[in-house]
Amino acid sequence: MSKQINVALIGNPNTGKTSVFNALTGLNQKVGNYPGITVEKKEGICKLPRGLKAHIIDLPGTYSLNASSLDENVVIELLLNKNDKDFPDIAVVVTDVENLKRNLLLFTQIKDLEIPTILVINMADRMSRKGISLNIAYLETYLKTKIALTSTRKKEGIDNLKELISNYKEISTQPCLDTTTIDQNYFDSLKKAFPNQLLYKLWLVITQDVNFGKTDRKEIDAVNHFKTKSKTDLKRLQQKETIKRYQFINNVLKKGQTIDLSQAKDLRIKLDRIITHKVWGYLIFGSILLLIFQAIYDWSEVPMDFIDGIFASLSEWTKNNLPKGAFTNLIAEGIIPGLGGIVIFIPQIAFLFLFIAVLEESGYMSRVVFLMDRVMRRFGLSGKSIVPLISGTACAIPAVMATRNIENWKERLITILVTPFTTCSARLPVYLIIISLVIPKGRFLGLSYQALTLMLLYIIGFVTAVFSAYVLNKVLKIKSRTFFVIEMPNYKLPLLKNVALTVVEKTKSFVFGAGKIILAISIILWFLASYGPGENFNNADDIIRTEFATNNLSETDLQNKIASYKLEHSFIGITGRAIEPVIRPLGYDWKIGIAIISSFAAREVFVGTLATIYSVGNDDEATIKNRMAAEVNPILGGPLFTFASGISLLLFYAFAMQCMSTLAIVKKETNSWKWPTLQLILMTVFAYIVALIAFQFLK
Amino acid sequence: MQDTLAHLKKGEHAIIKDVSSNLIPLKLLEMGCLPGNSVELVQVAPFADPMYLNINGSHLAIRKETAIHILIEKVAHE
Repeated sequence: MSKQINVALIGNPNTGKTSVFNALTGLNQKVGNYPGITVEKKEGICKLPRGLKAHIIDLPGTYSLNASSLDENVVIELLLNKNDKDFPDIAVVVTDVENLKRNLLLFTQIKDLEIPTILVINMADRMSRKGISLNIAYLETYLKTKIALTSTRKKEGIDNLKELISNYKEISTQPCLDTTTIDQNYFDSLKKAFPNQLLYKLWLVITQDVNFGKTDRKEIDAVNHFKTKSKTDLKRLQQKETIKRYQFINNVLKKGQTIDLSQAKDLRIKLDRIITHKVWGYLIFGSILLLIFQAIYDWSEVPMDFIDGIFASLSEWTKNNLPKGAFTNLIAEGIIPGLGGIVIFIPQIAFLFLFIAVLEESGYMSRVVFLMDRVMRRFGLSGKSIVPLISGTACAIPAVMATRNIENWKERLITILVTPFTTCSARLPVYLIIISLVIPKGRFLGLSYQALTLMLLYIIGFVTAVFSAYVLNKVLKIKSRTFFVIEMPNYKLPLLKNVALTVVEKTKSFVFGAGKIILAISIILWFLASYGPGENFNNADDIIRTEFATNNLSETDLQNKIASYKLEHSFIGITGRAIEPVIRPLGYDWKIGIAIISSFAAREVFVGTLATIYSVGNDDEATIKNRMAAEVNPILGGPLFTFASGISLLLFYAFAMQCMSTLAIVKKETNSWKWPTLQLILMTVFAYIVALIAFQFLK
Repeated sequence: MQDTLAHLKKGEHAIIKDVSSNLIPLKLLEMGCLPGNSVELVQVAPFADPMYLNINGSHLAIRKETAIHILIEKVAHE
C-alpha cells in the first residue's frame, strides 16, 4: 500500500483556499461534520508524484490561530493535537497575492507550531494588474519555507504544489518568531515550568478557550495557573504578539515584495460606490432577491412537475406489474412517493445554491451583510439572514440549508428557528382553497378581498418570523461573541467548478442527510393511512357494498366511498377522531383532523386528503371546493367551513410546524433533535392558541 | 477630545493613533487595525453604521460601536 500523508489546507477566508482544494482533489472529496458540532468538514484525496497519496483536509477559513468562532476552534484543535488521526504531516497555508501581508500573519503562527509548512501564493494571475512583483527566492529564505505560486483560475502552479507536498520531509520546521520576545519575563517562567513543551503551543493553550484532545488534558490543567494573568493582560500580550508578527512580516516584505501603485487598478472601490450605496445598493439587492425568488418559485416548477409525473407513473407501473399484495403496496404507495417527496426538492435546492454560490464567490455576500446589518441586528439576526428569510417564501428546506453562511452560531440558530414561519409555496394550495371558500368575492379600493387576504397571510408570516427572532434573541442564552468585523473582498468572477461543486454537494447533503428521515416518516404515515385495526377497516369493501347495494351507484363512486370509509377507520382516521375534542374549539371536525395529521408529509397534502375523505376521487379543485362548501358542522349545524373556522384554519397553517422535511433538515443542520422538537412544539402550540382565539372571537 | 474612527466622514483619511485593545476584537487588530496604520472611510450604510473602511490595504466593515474605541488623527489625502 502506498503511504498516505496528511495535508492540512489552511488560510484566511477569501484567499481561494477552497479553489485550491477543488483543484487538488477534484471530485474525490467528501463533506461531513466534525463530531458533535455543526462545522463542515471537507476532506479529499489527491494523487502525488512518485506514487504518494495525500489525504487533504480543507480547514475552515480563519484569520489567525486566535479563535473567535466554532469554525476557527476546529483549526487550532487539530493543529495542537498530535494524536488526532488527521494531524497534518504538512500544513499548506493559502494566501491571496493581493493581501499577502495580512495573510502571512496566520502563516507565521503555523510556522511557530513547528509544523512543516508550505506557502501557497494564490491568484498569481492578478499580480501584473495590481503592479505586484515578488522575489520568491528571498521570501523562501526569510520565511523558511517553500513557495508555490498558483492561479486556480488559470489552472497554474498546482503540479508544482503537488511536487512540493510530496517532498514534505524537506520542508523546514523552523519558527518565524521567537515567542519569548513578546514578554521576556512571562515566557521565561513558562519555559522553566514546562521545559519540554513548545512555548507557542503553551501560549495558545493558555489564551484559547477550546476543547483539546483528552491526552492533552493533564498538560492543560498544569498550565491553568498561568492563566492567573488577567484577561486584559493576556489580551495586551496578544496585541503585542500581533504587532511583533507584523514587524517581522513588514521586514520580509520590504525586500520580498514591490508594489507599483501606479500600475494598480482597483475596481472594488469604484464598484462599491454603487453597490453599497444607500439607495442604489438596496435597489440592486432587491432586484437580486426578486430574481432568486423567481427562480426557486417559478423556474423550478417545470422540473418539479416533471419529477412529480415520473414518480407517479413509476408508482402506477409498480402497482400494475408487480404481484398484488402488501409488499407491492408498500413499494408503490409508501416507498416510491416517499422517495419522490425527497427528489422533488432538488430543483429548488439547486437553484438557491446556484445563486448563493455565485453571490459568495463573487464577493457580493459581504456587501449584503454590510447593507442589512443594522436592520437585522435589532432582531438578533445577521445581515445574511435576509437570504434564508426571503427564500423561505419558496421553501423552508433550502432556506434552512442556506443559513450555513452565517458565521455566528446564535444568529444562525435563530434564523433556522424562525424561517419556517415565512409562507412557503406548500401552504399556497391550502390558502387558495380555503380563501376561495370563506372570503367573500367583493373588492376593497379595487383590490379583491381574496387577494388581500393572501397578501396579508404572507405579511403575517414574515412579521411573525422577525418578531419571534426578536423574542428568541432575548430568551436564548447562548454564549457567542457578536462583534462584527467583516472583510469586503475584491470582486471576482465566480469559478464555474466551485459553483457546480457547491450545488452538487448541497443537493447530496440534503438527499442523503435529511432524505433518510423524510423517507422513514412518509413510510410511517403511509402505513398509518393504509392500515387500521378491527372489522370496520378490514371489511370496508363489504360494508360499503351492502350499505349502498340499493343505491345503484357506479363502480367509481363505490370505490371512492370505500376509500373514504377505509381512511376513516385507518390508524390515521382513528387518530383524527381521537384529536377531535382538541381541535373542536378551533372549529374543525375529525375529517380536518385527519387532513392536518397527514399534512405532516407536506402541507399541500391537506387538499388531497380532504378529497379522499369526501370521496371525491380526484384532486380537481372545483369539485373539492363544492364538496367542502356542502360540509355540515356536526355539532353546531350549518356549514363547517364558515368565515370563523376558515380564518382559524388559515392561521393554523400559517403558524404550525407541519412539515417533516423541514424538521429533518433542521435536525441535520443543528446536529440535534432538541431544536426541531422545540420548533415543532412551540410553533404548533402558538398556532393552536391563535387559531383558537380567532375562531372563538369570530364565530 | 481626540477624534475616533466614528468621527471620520466618507472619503476622509486618517492615521490610527491608539486602540483600546480590551474593547475591540483581536480579529480587528490582526486585520491590520494597529497604531500607525492609515485608514480611509470608503462607504457608510444608512445612519453611518456599519462603516466600510480601508485600513492599510485591508477592506473591511465594522460597526460604529467598535469604531468609537479607535482613536485617529485626520490627515489630508495626498
